[in-house]
Amino acid sequence: MHEMGIAQQMISIALEAIPKDLPDPRVEQMNLRVGRLAAVVEDSLRFCFEIISKDTCLEGAKLVIETVPVKARCRRCHHEWEVEDVVFTCPSCERGEIEVLSGRELEVASLELAD
Amino acid sequence: MEINIQKRVLEANESMADKNRRLFREKGVFVLNMMSSPGSGKTETLCKTLQRLMPEVATGVIVGDICTRNDADRLEATGAAVVQINTDEFGGDCHLAAHLIEKSALTMDLEALDLLIVENIGNLVCPAEFDIGENAKAVVLSVTEGEDKPLKYPLMFQVADIAILNKIDLLPYLDFNAAEAVDNMKKVHPGLPVFELSAKTQEGMEPWVAWLRDSVAKKG
Ligand SMILES: Nc1nc2c(ncn2[C@@H]2O[C@H](COP(=O)(O)OP(=O)(O)OP(=O)(O)O)[C@@H](O)[C@H]2O)c(=O)[nH]1
Ligand SMILES: [Mg+2]
Ligand SMILES: [Zn+2]
Repeated sequence: MHEMGIAQQMISIALEAIPKDLPDPRVEQMNLRVGRLAAVVEDSLRFCFEIISKDTCLEGAKLVIETVPVKARCRRCHHEWEVEDVVFTCPSCERGEIEVLSGRELEVASLELAD
Repeated sequence: MEINIQKRVLEANESMADKNRRLFREKGVFVLNMMSSPGSGKTETLCKTLQRLMPEVATGVIVGDICTRNDADRLEATGAAVVQINTDEFGGDCHLAAHLIEKSALTMDLEALDLLIVENIGNLVCPAEFDIGENAKAVVLSVTEGEDKPLKYPLMFQVADIAILNKIDLLPYLDFNAAEAVDNMKKVHPGLPVFELSAKTQEGMEPWVAWLRDSVAKKG
């Protein structure tokens, strides 16, 4: 529901990262990392990105999204595992409180520019 | 040509939240971010809570509401200092971002407050993603919403420090299985403290109010 704001941030992060002395840069692809727990809807994000990148050097750029799995660690027995079905109970000791190691990412990884 | 970036998209919000956190620490105020889907009973729970806390615990409330002042009026009746944020002017947003909290907090006499409660926009998805510089996050689920909500909105229950299961006065009239709902919360967040209560009849209010008092006292 806040995908428009996220798309906006993505574009300003990209614009900031492109060297100022580059004549007429064109972004062909933006690589994103999105954790499975992140509160973003991919279709909606693509739609917002398309709209908001118009008339910038990101217009028409391909958005490639790498989905990051949810990994957790048990604070009690230190077991680490990939959380498949949102059940965060430690499969090893079934008791400990856990720490989420990954799955909340929402990151611009890189840009690919046309030569 | 490839440009390596590796930057968090919400970094601007995160650094604003850190700034808020420093401000709140400096003023010695405990900040609670209260979240839920629309109508779970955040305002009602807060009104009853404030009746028990005030005036011993000087409390302020920032309430986010897309376009009315109803909640602010109900909360003000308890004597608390209330600031309303109508996110409408910022595009009908679905969550309160850190910069909005700063803007509101700066209009309040934080020095005089022990506790600041933020009633977030009714939404189980987006507010979970946005740090506002709070000390703790609370999620309210009501018994009219279905036991499976924690599994459908795992991030919210994962980031919450405590949960409230509200409207337990309605249990006799519903098929809602409270034990299963609590169980689902703990599947998503092992060890999550859950307070089962009714803001309407005030059954079960005291352990939750005690938790708040305690949190404020610890903050010193
Ligand atoms: N039966 C019963 N009704 C309740 C209880 N708590 C709240 N309500 C009712 O539920 C409705 C919504 O309560 P609110 O306190 O406005 O809920 P909210 O979470 O603040 O709602 P939004 O701010 O719109 O997201 C109101 O009609 C309340 O009177 C409760 O414990 N029992
Ligand atoms: Mg409300
Ligand atoms: Zn374990």
